[in-house]
Amino acid sequence: MTSSLLYDGTDWDYGTLRRSYDAIDRIACEELGLEIYPNRIEVVTSEQMLDIYTAHGMPITYRHWSYGKHFLQHEGSYRRGYSNLAYEVVINANPCISYLMENNTATMQTLVIAHAAFGHNHFFRNNHLFRQWTEASAIIDYLEFARSYVSACEDEHGVARVEAVLDAAHALSRHGVHKHGGARPLNLKNDQKREQERRSHDEKMFDDLWRTLPGKRPAADIGSVADRRRRLGLPEENLLYFIEKVAPRLQSWEREIIRIVRLIAQYFYPQLQAKLMNEGCATWVHQRVMTRLHETGQINDAAFLETLHSTSSVTFQPDFDHPAGGSSFNPYALGYAMMSDIERICTEPTKEDRAWFPEISGNHDPLGTLRHAWANFRDESFVLQFLSPAVMRRFRMFRLLDDTSESSFLVDAIHDDQGYRDIRRSLARSYDTAENDADVQVVDVDLAGDRRLMLEHRTRPGRLLVKRDAEATLRYVARLWGYEVRLQEVDSDSGAVLATHVSTPSAS
Amino acid sequence: MDIIDRRRNPHGKNLENRQRVLARARGAVARATRAAIDQGTLREIGHDQAVTIPAEALDEPSFHTVFSAGKRQIVLSGNHEYSTGDRLSRPPSSSGAGGGNGDGQGGGEGEDGFRFVLTRDEFLDFFFEDLELPDLVKSQIVAAETMAPIRAGISRDGAPSQIDMARTMKQSMARRIGLRRPKGPEVVALEAEIASLEESGDDVPRLLALQAELETALRRLRRVPWVDPVDLRYRRFTQVPKPSARAVMFCLMDVSGSMSEQMKDLAKRFFLLLHVFLERRYKHVDLVFIRHTEVAEEVDEKTFFTDARTGGTVVSTALTEFLRIQKARYPQDSWNIYGAQVSDGDNSSSDTQRTIAMLENEILPVVQYFAYIEVSAGGVIRGESELWRGYDPLSRRKPRLAVNRVSNRHEIFQVFRQLFGRKPAAA
Repeated sequence: MTSSLLYDGTDWDYGTLRRSYDAIDRIACEELGLEIYPNRIEVVTSEQMLDIYTAHGMPITYRHWSYGKHFLQHEGSYRRGYSNLAYEVVINANPCISYLMENNTATMQTLVIAHAAFGHNHFFRNNHLFRQWTEASAIIDYLEFARSYVSACEDEHGVARVEAVLDAAHALSRHGVHKHGGARPLNLKNDQKREQERRSHDEKMFDDLWRTLPGKRPAADIGSVADRRRRLGLPEENLLYFIEKVAPRLQSWEREIIRIVRLIAQYFYPQLQAKLMNEGCATWVHQRVMTRLHETGQINDAAFLETLHSTSSVTFQPDFDHPAGGSSFNPYALGYAMMSDIERICTEPTKEDRAWFPEISGNHDPLGTLRHAWANFRDESFVLQFLSPAVMRRFRMFRLLDDTSESSFLVDAIHDDQGYRDIRRSLARSYDTAENDADVQVVDVDLAGDRRLMLEHRTRPGRLLVKRDAEATLRYVARLWGYEVRLQEVDSDSGAVLATHVSTPSAS
Repeated sequence: MDIIDRRRNPHGKNLENRQRVLARARGAVARATRAAIDQGTLREIGHDQAVTIPAEALDEPSFHTVFSAGKRQIVLSGNHEYSTGDRLSRPPSSSGAGGGNGDGQGGGEGEDGFRFVLTRDEFLDFFFEDLELPDLVKSQIVAAETMAPIRAGISRDGAPSQIDMARTMKQSMARRIGLRRPKGPEVVALEAEIASLEESGDDVPRLLALQAELETALRRLRRVPWVDPVDLRYRRFTQVPKPSARAVMFCLMDVSGSMSEQMKDLAKRFFLLLHVFLERRYKHVDLVFIRHTEVAEEVDEKTFFTDARTGGTVVSTALTEFLRIQKARYPQDSWNIYGAQVSDGDNSSSDTQRTIAMLENEILPVVQYFAYIEVSAGGVIRGESELWRGYDPLSRRKPRLAVNRVSNRHEIFQVFRQLFGRKPAAA
């Protein structure tokens, strides 16, 4: 027993938070070697918490009805007791902002600080996806800009017109990210400035009179289809990017709004690809920190029991046939289990572990191994690399073959020697965002002709777009594009056209 | 590390977003209510407890796929007893436990769950959002001839039966304290002390002082009464006009053979609309159904709409019946009277003059509003009908009479709005 308790009972005050923070800081940074952005901890009420996570955890957003809708949904389910509020929300920003709810207990505040301000923070700062794609020091400023820009547009052009653009851009926001951009960190601040300068330059230089000059007309023959597509950079999977740059009828403020939606979507894209790891990392860190606090006598048994209870409830994995269960894994449960398992493999490997993980088993450096994993993988590759037979057995994983021509499912792999690799491969694939998002691309547009935009959905076997939503979304595309839009669903193996959707902008 | 307390920051950051989503929903609900009328469910909507309206306007669509055919592999947790090669029966619906993420998740994304449940009142509020009975305020004042007493505070004079004892005693006590009227027990104590001093005989100065004090006390007791007329307080009542919140709606309809079922359906819709509308405005709405052919009679609602007659048409008989019932049961000074007549416009030509005269001289003076709807089944308005020729010019002279024609049930609501819509104040 080295030091006295950080707190006693459930009440907390700022002294408690600060003492807890400092104690956690010693463990996390000195013992665990975490590297974090500076922290900012904000205490909020439950209503403010609802506000915050209504907009995907963005601390500031432009105004849009969909955030109101999400707020009402969350609020409704919270009020009726269907769901708890998140204990915390954390923003990938520098400084890293963690929101704590005022009605958490002292233990929960401590746990949440360890989870968010250290676990998530370390992950944001070190994981390669976040490093590559997001510029943590610029996001808050950018959101501030987005909010005021949209608001200014509303003043100038009316809420309805702005809303129409936002609605359409939101519908495409999952198709507004560069997925394979290489090293191109999203420096929102500079990017913003450069883009605006370029645009105002364009506006200054553009003079419609030139267009009416007689004489040299561009040749009607624009060139071959291949040439045209090459010049437009087609095929293009980032629909919002293409529309922002090429759509012929958009006003420049409309392009800017599309850009805002696109850049925010891009900013959140890494979070989709690393949810399992991010939550696993934060949970592992908080559990480890709380355990150390207990071991060193800084929290009492009651507080530690509360910690155990809350960790085990967030890491609960219902069975597939449980009413709350389903075909997806709880990222907290699986992430935490895998990371704890890595720790075990490093320190007390079994014979099986040595065969499966020769590089790390018995290296007696669990922290280094975990930090390496946190930095260099995303969910898909992490599962592919680190899901061990022991974890598969613990979750009693099995794989079903769903063949719609059969009347029943076939169990084609279980957690046994033959099944491990099959299960691991399939599970990893299910975390591949490229595998799960519909692959819709712009394939052609005839800018000199009828300006029809051609989209193509390369289907995966047996998966077509949900018709109703696809058509509604296509109406939005047509609204932005300004001319007819045609979407063909093409079988990626045979090239056969499976379905065609067409939409034209309404007469307005 | 900074700790910032945001709890005192302004709350309701999402207030405007919430208002926007509600405004959007409102638009959708208003459209849905109109659609519901067109689809002929008015009666149910008007009388059911609640209606549920899917908020399609709040969809946020996106491109996403659903597994519909072919093969896929799903990894699940919690295997109990299965071995490789076992078969599981498919869950009954694809949203079941097994690999049901396909339709269950893909199709819905929670959108279908977002519904607005409206109570009947809310529904009707939407329904009548921008409808207003003509001159409603004025007509209520006009009709407000009964006076009712209401409590209006306290006064210093009034009838003995209206004395407010509590207030009176409060006043009296304040006065007694203010004038330092000695209390009974104090006097008794003084007398006792004087008696004992007199008996013992020592401390004469004190005895004298006490005797003087007692004398003053007794004098005060006599001068300051327990209850003085200035203490009296009475409950005050004042007479206020009591608005008549009752309305009666006379439904007049030609049920002769020339009125087809479709015409009666239109009439029914119109009357239902009017009834629901009046119900919104008045606490109590009476309904009187008068049908007529060559003769008129008062019937119940069911008979009114279902029981067909044959024979000629004499409209004035219905107006006569209207006046008879109105005089007998609905005196003008305590009822707001509305009339609505639906007809195909046929009348025996000899009767029309008489009808117009009755309407102008006897009926319009007593009603708040009288609406005439002419229905034609074919959708094509024929030439001017007998009644139209009479009513239409009259309606130009008399603002209380409104006339319109309708041939299709989709038009009913529009026509109703024209008749009962909010008029510009200047008009």
